[in-house]
Amino acid sequence: MTATVATHVNGAPVYYDHSGEHHPQPSTMLGFWLYLMSDCLLFAVLFAVYAVLGRNYAAGPSGADLFDLPLVAINTALLLFSSITYGFAMIAMQARKKGALLAWLAITGLFGLGFLGIELFEFHHLIHEGAGPQRSAFLSSFFTLVGTHGLHVTFGSIWLITLMVQVQKLGLTPANRRRLMCLSMFWHFLDVVWIGVFTFVYLMGSM
Amino acid sequence: MSNPVVAQQHAADQLHPILGRLGWDSLPLHEPILVATFIAVALGGALMLGLITKFRLWGHLWRDWITSIDHKKIGIMYIILGVVMLLRGFADALMMRAHQAMAFGDSAGFLPPHHYDQVFTAHGVIMIFFVAMPFVTGFMNYVVPLQIGARDVAFPFLNNFSFWMTAGGAILVMLSLFVGEFAKTGWLAYPPMSGLLASPDVGVDYYVWALQIAGVGTTLSGINLIATIIKMRAPGMTMMKMPVFTWTSLCTNVLIVATFPILAATLALLTADRYLGTNFFTNDLGGNAMLYVNLIWIWGHPEVYILVLPVFGIFSEVVSTFSRKKLFGYASMVYATVVITILSYLVWLHHFFTMGSGASVNSFFGITTMIISIPTGAKIFNWLFTMYRGRIKFEVPMLWTVGFMVTFTIGGMTGVLLAVPAADFVLHNSLFLIAHFHNVIIGGVVFGAFAGINYWFPKAFGFRLDAFWGKVSFWCWFIGFWVAFTPLYVLGLMGITRRVSHFDDPSLQIWFVIAAIGAGIVALGIGAFLIQIAVSILRRKELADTTGDVWGGRTLEWSTSSPPPDYNFAFTPIAHELDAWHDMKQRGAERPKTGFVAIHMPRNTGAGFIIGMLATAMGFALIWHMWLIAGLSFAATVISAIVHTFNYDRDYHIPADAVTRTEDERTHALGAAA
Repeated sequence: MTATVATHVNGAPVYYDHSGEHHPQPSTMLGFWLYLMSDCLLFAVLFAVYAVLGRNYAAGPSGADLFDLPLVAINTALLLFSSITYGFAMIAMQARKKGALLAWLAITGLFGLGFLGIELFEFHHLIHEGAGPQRSAFLSSFFTLVGTHGLHVTFGSIWLITLMVQVQKLGLTPANRRRLMCLSMFWHFLDVVWIGVFTFVYLMGSM
Repeated sequence: MSNPVVAQQHAADQLHPILGRLGWDSLPLHEPILVATFIAVALGGALMLGLITKFRLWGHLWRDWITSIDHKKIGIMYIILGVVMLLRGFADALMMRAHQAMAFGDSAGFLPPHHYDQVFTAHGVIMIFFVAMPFVTGFMNYVVPLQIGARDVAFPFLNNFSFWMTAGGAILVMLSLFVGEFAKTGWLAYPPMSGLLASPDVGVDYYVWALQIAGVGTTLSGINLIATIIKMRAPGMTMMKMPVFTWTSLCTNVLIVATFPILAATLALLTADRYLGTNFFTNDLGGNAMLYVNLIWIWGHPEVYILVLPVFGIFSEVVSTFSRKKLFGYASMVYATVVITILSYLVWLHHFFTMGSGASVNSFFGITTMIISIPTGAKIFNWLFTMYRGRIKFEVPMLWTVGFMVTFTIGGMTGVLLAVPAADFVLHNSLFLIAHFHNVIIGGVVFGAFAGINYWFPKAFGFRLDAFWGKVSFWCWFIGFWVAFTPLYVLGLMGITRRVSHFDDPSLQIWFVIAAIGAGIVALGIGAFLIQIAVSILRRKELADTTGDVWGGRTLEWSTSSPPPDYNFAFTPIAHELDAWHDMKQRGAERPKTGFVAIHMPRNTGAGFIIGMLATAMGFALIWHMWLIAGLSFAATVISAIVHTFNYDRDYHIPADAVTRTEDERTHALGAAA
């Protein structure tokens, strides 16, 4: 709904917008927020499942037996730093500095890949020790919650690379800036989810 | 370890490298019913493809329908999908009714138990996901942008993609009829029944992948329509001036976005149990099957309101139009809808009071369930008071509405009976429950869909549907429904349970025979509906409507031509009152006849169809453990999505003289009509 359209002229109601072009408000940001909230519910289910099944060790190892907190702390730091660097990328975008933007995006992507690498290493290590997702309901819900977050980071990274190519090719067009904003929200959202994972799964699970 | 996945990995050594576990023995060549159906479908399909080729319609189909991002065409395609799947789902219903009427004592009926189990599962899945959902999504797609004075939805490409994902899910379910088998678990696939130990075959895999793919489409379409309603309303149309159907659509889409991710996650966990050997819902190693039941109903109960809220909106529009009055209690209607939206999230446990969660928990969910009947009852009274002292015209949509009010009220009352936990311990899983939910879903959603089709068909195609065959269809459905389901109430009170394919007690048979006769009468109703469509197309000249406002409507969709032009409105209408179009007619608003300008529109694209079909192919490959093809089609899906993002040329302008030509034709037609 456009606020600028005159609904009355000289006190008489107007029934058609003769000004020509209809300019509805841009809806991409709202739509993407709605998508993020739907994704948030998906994680809510996985958190709830972890809350219900997270102590069902089936005589197998528990979180306290398995988690390597220093490693997870490094991983958390990588992801949090990647959010900060994405923030710098957005500042560069606002200042219309394409080179700086691409550099910050590249650094963000490297942090993301580092995070994924450590996560894969952790998973590999656990599976190697016989603590794979099949071992118990606790491990099933652990791998699924953490792995789903990891999959999101993977797709976020693919998206990031795609956007870097598009910015490189076409510059900071309105469409590309909108996309960078969306990815920004996605990336920070994954950070928020990870803070939940780190707290509820790793910290509370290690106690 | 008794892990069935380990056993399956041994079997994996025998997997064909490309075809996976698909082989000649997967085709049900020993089932005469299926072979005959397949031959009929193959002949019909070949005939249709032949006709399309003969009349050179492929280009037209591709350009004007398959790749169309026009919300009106997508809406129509959803409704067509719903009608086609209704025929399939109803064929299942007829088989069940016929089988149960026969399978007593020495007679085994004509369906072997494993086939019967697939039939009732497919019936439920198809009717909810691929009939009711496409109907309501189709109506929302077609009507909402027109009612709010918009030219399309917020994300037109996404809309096309959503449709093809839904269609992809339907394709997978249909394939299961001839390639392999469908789930034998009931429509919600409770574990451990749906786990790998009890169901090692492809049936449950068809189920999870069909719903997963269709669910992506539904979620995206929900996001799309919320953004559309929030952001694209005509100037002056505040929230409390939105038509009731738009309000109910908004609430429904909020529910879709708030629940379909839960379904997706729940099915993904079941899929992990089946494919990766995890232990979420297994009986051993700490799994918990009731967790699945809770999660699936946290989606499932809001789902029934997702289906019924939009048809409440349809009935509201119909009652007000054909009573020639504004809707009684608009504000209370809106608040009732919002209250139902919220409460629908707080009742899920009433689907399994027998889980044994204790008196306090059961009381909570029993009471919230009963409370929902209050806003619903308020709606019924609002419709009654709208009719009171109205000049009611009993056109076909109005017949469906009155039939709904009678039927749905009774179904609602049996629902309140079931909401009493103590009573539910007797009635749980009985045919009383079956009769109850068919009473509200047929009496509500199906009647609403037919009311909507009869009401908006002239808008979509420019001619009315034949009233005689419409009335035949209504009376057959209405009478057939009660003949079919009253016996099920009786049987349920006697303690007969659902999903049983054979009985020994001959005294029960008469009730099943009566129910089968009822199903036969409903079949006549469906037949009459198809005849109604055919007769109306033949008589389209006599039934034509040139005014665009065939019923004397009150909302903006009736202010434009029938069918509306691609751009819906040459100039965006400005709303001053609720029932904006009625207000414009009352105050003599002049339709602009000159000064048209170019209109900015989204461009068609084949990307939605391509990505949707690749995702469907991936689903099929995963069902049959064709890992190579699954990997390739997954990669192709992702790559084509990325390629699509490189397409920045997404819109065009309809030139001013083209708009002028279209609008001049309408001016001419309106002059001729007057």
